[in-house]
Amino acid sequence: MKSAQEAKADQNYRATLMELLYQLADDDFIIAFRGSEWLGLAPHIEEDVAFSSINQDTMGHAAIYYQLLEDLGEGNADALAHGREASQRKNAVLLEEVNGPGHYLKKPLYDWAFTVVRHYFYAQAKKIRMESLKNSSYQPLADAAVKINMELYYHLLHWKTWFTQLATAKGEAPERMKNAIEKVSADMGGVLTLGPKGEEMAALGLIESEEVLTQRWNSEMEKVFAPLPMSLPAVKMKRGDGRSGVHTSDLDSALTTLSEVYKQDPVASW
Amino acid sequence: MPVITTLEKAVREKLALVKDPEIDSVSVLDLGMVEQITVDGSSVQVKMLPTFMGCPALEIIKANVENKLLELDWVENATAVFVYDPPWTSERVTAEGRERLKEFGIAPPPEKIGPDGAWHVDCPYCQSTYTTMDNIFGPTACRSILYCKQCKNPFEAMKPVSTMM
Repeated sequence: MKSAQEAKADQNYRATLMELLYQLADDDFIIAFRGSEWLGLAPHIEEDVAFSSINQDTMGHAAIYYQLLEDLGEGNADALAHGREASQRKNAVLLEEVNGPGHYLKKPLYDWAFTVVRHYFYAQAKKIRMESLKNSSYQPLADAAVKINMELYYHLLHWKTWFTQLATAKGEAPERMKNAIEKVSADMGGVLTLGPKGEEMAALGLIESEEVLTQRWNSEMEKVFAPLPMSLPAVKMKRGDGRSGVHTSDLDSALTTLSEVYKQDPVASW
Repeated sequence: MPVITTLEKAVREKLALVKDPEIDSVSVLDLGMVEQITVDGSSVQVKMLPTFMGCPALEIIKANVENKLLELDWVENATAVFVYDPPWTSERVTAEGRERLKEFGIAPPPEKIGPDGAWHVDCPYCQSTYTTMDNIFGPTACRSILYCKQCKNPFEAMKPVSTMM
């Protein structure tokens, strides 16, 4: 399919494509929000600059997907980003989880190890997805993937560096990384799944199958873990499938915060 | 045909005056952001390529391009649209753009990237090659922060972006 016009003419294709776009959009949107809560709190000033830049890029990626949804007749991109309830969101549960106890305005007790592991695992999964989407049957999505992939290169490099350095550091770091790896793995399955419509997505050539993508992610992880003094536990989906609309209260509170200004005046021009 | 060429030329002259909101020595043409100009009577459409997707300057650039083109007597409608195909790459920065970036204290993007993704740029102030990477992520999405060990100045460089990545 070359254009939104063509996709709109095929109801089944459009519906399956939109399912995929919502997953891609909502994943990037919520992890960019969680990342931005670290602003001013990152371990050092250079990291504050880098992490902000990554969050800004990632929010830009979410904006592309919401725009593709708008092009398919789903309504205004800003409304799709800010106006949807938690139950309508398709992001993985892992990505909505708070950075740690406390609040960024009061006493944030955020866990950097959890953030590094979550962002690294996610960036690697996203990389595999982008490589597959470059050959998507929906050309506007394939074009977007080429663009996103170039920026993602820097994100993946960044998180991989943090990941391997902390995992092999002296002191408390490896122990904290081990705990974070346990925690992230328990819900990483929710990131890797394409949800109830995954098979249809693959059949329509929108993206390769969940099995193929998961296999690629596992083999990348094996390479990275090989020299490390720790191993990757089995990946699970402990708290449910966000692709089916299952979410935690962490998503509700995130949506309340991030849409606060938007909801004051949805038609305001920025 | 010659008429259209003249009109397009007028459009390009105007676009040369639309500067990057954060680097006022380079224009959108210098940065290679202009992909296609279509003139249809009194309407002009400019297809543009975003450097980085999350760049907050995109909407400002779009408005600046449209307003600048409306300054032409014969233009009644001007629209700038961002497209991703082809993707913007740092190779698109023109020779002139590379010089203008240096004037602003920003090293142009490296022309070559090593097989391992490593890259190197010279100091835009003293041209020394004795530089180190301080932070691959800089104050804006498209820039990195480096340090020159020769003239002891921190400086920025345009990040290399390529489809090979």
